[in-house]
Amino acid sequence: MIPEPKVVNTIINGDSKQILVSERDSLLEALRDRIGMTGAKEGCNNGNCGACAVIMDGRLVNSCCVMAAEVEGAEIMTVEGLASRDELHPLQTEFLDNAALQCGICTPGFLMSSYALLQENPDPTEEEARFWLAGNLCRCTGYDKIIDSVLTVAKG
Amino acid sequence: MQAVNYARATDVDDAVRLLIEGGENARVLAGGTDLIVQARERKRNVDLLVDVKHVEEFMVLEFDTNTGLKVGAATPLYQVYGDNNVKINYPAIVDASTVIGGKAIQGRASLGGNLGNSSPAGDSLPAMIVLGGVATLAGPNGRREVPVGEFFTGPGRNILETGELIVYISFPPVGAGEGAAWERFIPRNEMDIAVASAGAWVKIEGGSVTDARIALGAVAATPLVANDAAEALIGRPLTDESISAAGDAASEIASPITDMRGSIKQRKHLAKVLTERTIRMAADRIR
Repeated sequence: MIPEPKVVNTIINGDSKQILVSERDSLLEALRDRIGMTGAKEGCNNGNCGACAVIMDGRLVNSCCVMAAEVEGAEIMTVEGLASRDELHPLQTEFLDNAALQCGICTPGFLMSSYALLQENPDPTEEEARFWLAGNLCRCTGYDKIIDSVLTVAKG
Repeated sequence: MQAVNYARATDVDDAVRLLIEGGENARVLAGGTDLIVQARERKRNVDLLVDVKHVEEFMVLEFDTNTGLKVGAATPLYQVYGDNNVKINYPAIVDASTVIGGKAIQGRASLGGNLGNSSPAGDSLPAMIVLGGVATLAGPNGRREVPVGEFFTGPGRNILETGELIVYISFPPVGAGEGAAWERFIPRNEMDIAVASAGAWVKIEGGSVTDARIALGAVAATPLVANDAAEALIGRPLTDESISAAGDAASEIASPITDMRGSIKQRKHLAKVLTERTIRMAADRIR
């Protein structure tokens, strides 16, 4: 059985998009392979690492665990939508200033999870931030610089 | 990913119809945090995903002091544990649902999905059992109600028949003298699968335990209802001795395996420790 190609209508980072997908595609595959938005990364592809994290209808999700067909009518925010036209988001600036990344594969996921955290809880404790980011794995930097960056942005 | 089609159900009957048409490899898509991964890794054969998240009855979250709590099979966990009525009246659900995966999982995963996936280690399952959770199922022959404790038949297996699906899970109202808790043991605090878990519900009236329910996770092929452990508490005041006897009874019925997460000996020990701990937590929560 070969699934029929399917058109999915969605809003990504504020722009209406029509994506031609296969029904077997995940949202991550649709973003990366169908429309070339390679910000979200494939790490584990099973919901453990958070490298593919995006925000769907206001909630943080792992895009590898969402079917592309599911986002019909949904609104998606990816790491590409974090910076404004000519200015990085404060989280991005702080990650850079604080060297909260090395290879960078986990970074888009951490940024989206951190963004979702601050949307829901603008002034988290260190424990709350660590718990919230537990679904994101980094195998280079360790977590302290990432947590420091998030808390620094929260403190303004 | 294996070749799979996607269909969005328009109501409960439509979901049943799609499942029947799709046959044995049609699966209900709630949050997909287990199912999509299993389909990708070919741990389950799936050729049709029936998305139920656009049908209101699968997404309800209703509380009434007289009738209790009703949670749609696909209502995401963050809504469940974020709800004030759930926090106040059913903290055992919060205990479990806040540690299922991380935040990105909790944005999608659901109690109904945990139930349908039927893993013996499913974190919410012992909590739902001890709270007296009842699943309302819809199928080609209409609806039926099944207590959560009677739902499982083996690892990843349950009593759902072809074309049948979970619509919502109901919990009775919380009465005076009642408290419940759930806890698990894992090597880290989050994003891991339980080595063992336990849930306890107790009702204390006039200084004596008049009713109790204990359930265990990850220590057998299915979540276990530990009737003997509950019996050890009922009809007497809650004491160190009765709690210890309940722990021993829980350990006795545990029939775990040794795997990468833990040994038989460790899990039997944990069944006792977690049972005792959750009984104390449950009693402390009585208002």
